[in-house]
Amino acid sequence: MEKIFGRSKGLTDVPFSFCPGCTHGTIMRLIAEVLEELEIIDNTIGVSPVGCAGFSQDFFSCDFVGAAHGRAQAVGIGIKRALPDRMIFTYQGDGDIAAIGTQHAIHAAARGEKITSIMVNNAIFGMTGGQMAPTTLEGMKTTTSPYGRDIETTGFPIDLPRLVANLPGAVYVAAVSVDSPKNINQAKKAIKKAFQVQMAGLGFAFVSVLSTCPTNWGISPVDSLQWLRENMMPVYQMGELKVTEEVKSL
Amino acid sequence: MEKILLKGNEIIGEAAIRSGCKLFFGYPITPSTEVVEYLSKHLPKSGGTVLQAEDEIGAINMCYGAACTGARVMTASSSPGVSLKQEGISYSAAVGLPMVIVNVNRCGPGLGGLGPAQSDYFQSTRGGGHGDYRTIVLAPSKAQELYDYTMLAFDLADKHRNPVLLLTDGFLGQTMEPIVLKERPEPPVTDRSWVVDGAKGREKRILASYSLTNEIGEVNNLGWEAKYKHIQETEQRWEEFHTEDAEYLIVSYGTTGRIAKSTVLNARKKGIKLGLIRPITLWPFPDQAFAPFKDKIKGIVTVELNTGQMIEDVKLAVECKMPVHLFRRQGGMLPTENEILEYFENTFLSEEV
Amino acid sequence: MAKVNVLSEYCKSCGLCIAACPKKILAVGDKSNKKGYFTIICEDQEKCIGCALCATVCPDVAIEVYK
Repeated sequence: MEKIFGRSKGLTDVPFSFCPGCTHGTIMRLIAEVLEELEIIDNTIGVSPVGCAGFSQDFFSCDFVGAAHGRAQAVGIGIKRALPDRMIFTYQGDGDIAAIGTQHAIHAAARGEKITSIMVNNAIFGMTGGQMAPTTLEGMKTTTSPYGRDIETTGFPIDLPRLVANLPGAVYVAAVSVDSPKNINQAKKAIKKAFQVQMAGLGFAFVSVLSTCPTNWGISPVDSLQWLRENMMPVYQMGELKVTEEVKSL
Repeated sequence: MEKILLKGNEIIGEAAIRSGCKLFFGYPITPSTEVVEYLSKHLPKSGGTVLQAEDEIGAINMCYGAACTGARVMTASSSPGVSLKQEGISYSAAVGLPMVIVNVNRCGPGLGGLGPAQSDYFQSTRGGGHGDYRTIVLAPSKAQELYDYTMLAFDLADKHRNPVLLLTDGFLGQTMEPIVLKERPEPPVTDRSWVVDGAKGREKRILASYSLTNEIGEVNNLGWEAKYKHIQETEQRWEEFHTEDAEYLIVSYGTTGRIAKSTVLNARKKGIKLGLIRPITLWPFPDQAFAPFKDKIKGIVTVELNTGQMIEDVKLAVECKMPVHLFRRQGGMLPTENEILEYFENTFLSEEV
Repeated sequence: MAKVNVLSEYCKSCGLCIAACPKKILAVGDKSNKKGYFTIICEDQEKCIGCALCATVCPDVAIEVYK
């Protein structure tokens, strides 16, 4: 018999430190497999943020730099400008990239920075224990919106991929999910494309991945997938939001 | 040797290029803007990169990223902008990243004004951001020193794997003076075994500052402490002016350090044995400079452009063995040499007469 | 012929693989790993078709599939 599925060389041997059922691990697996398939593990530098996604630095077998909260893209841009032939990716949660670090996301896209950014959107601040994020859904209960997110006083969930897709320097923007085997495979294709865009030097590539947080949502891992499908997917625009002609011809 | 006439801020830019600085990330703010302008024009000619960031926070974090690759990198700003950079400076110190940060100090607090000030002394010498860290701080007092200390800043940053701050002010930054483009000595050979540039043929590397356990945290802090102690022991720099027979000292750095030289000369004409100690490194503060004077000086005046910040370090350096007084101007105002002398005479000589 | 192999030290027993398996041959076992999770076992390897859906959804990359 032949091994048809196993741990990618893009991952270290370190077990993920996430809570059981958290799909952060699924997304990391996809990235690791993409790095291996594109043969860029030893030419890639990842940038980890603050939050649960920050643990990523221990799990990938490529070089990593740990950034301050929200600053992963600025750090990644600094690395890329110093070493333009290296592949740079940031792995950031929604609280990191869509709240405290939004300015860097917007300007990375506006300048067409040749980096790849992966946003993991679970609609909550996970690491700090389940506070409201800018991506928290209307009516969703968190520790800082204990009565449900009130649009009147706390505003609307931010759909960062749509915002970024409007900027000319962003050449590939996709919003995907890891709630089912089919969507997981779609997500991998999008992540792969986002790295190929960088390898071709075309511009800023951004993939948002809807993810679960069973612990802070307070539901089981299996039910979390269903919750994501029923509640998050209708709010956030899904699919390839932007694919420029150059990217199509890759 | 080539001699050229440049504005202070431009001199910093030229020295950075000649120091092998390859990347500059900045954001415009008066009175430091000519640094980014000069480099935008000239750094690309030598194969370097200048990027005007979305904000000061972006700029310092880009420096952080670029410094992780071992490249020589710089940013420049003025007081409010440097406040914004503190997060990134703290992270850079924690990871041990060499970089040069220029602060063309304007007066504050708040938006303040553009005039020369030394109001950021505490911020510069105490770490500035969160956590217990230090940056090396160099304080030029004239054009040639802007050039020389910029080069020194890059070398010290590499040598100690630590951010280095060049603390100047709007007066120095905006004044045009001739400088000698001295031959650049070879930069010291430094260890590059820590840089992140892709794990080709080696183990992966991580540059990050999170300490998972308190035990790791303490080990990290002890490591930084040892480094700072070493820097304090080996890198103190200062200039002495007419100190040999001095009975009294002025202590002043930067622009006022230069003005104070005239004060000393005027005092000498009147037969007053006044000398000057001009700190060049503000951190590490040159307390070694005061050792020979502790028991023979009658009194000290610090001249500062703030409410009295360096005076605390001076008092500690002389172990409060003599009176230490402050003469200060603030809000962008500069003292004249005679104002300083008058204050000195009123403070120390009036009762003797 | 196919086989699933659970890397028990990576497994956190979240159960996503159990829900994904079309043959319903995965279950929570009665042995715990070093972290204290009662890890997933395959109750009937003979029935495994090697579809790898379990491994695809496993967020801890704790499943190998052979075919």
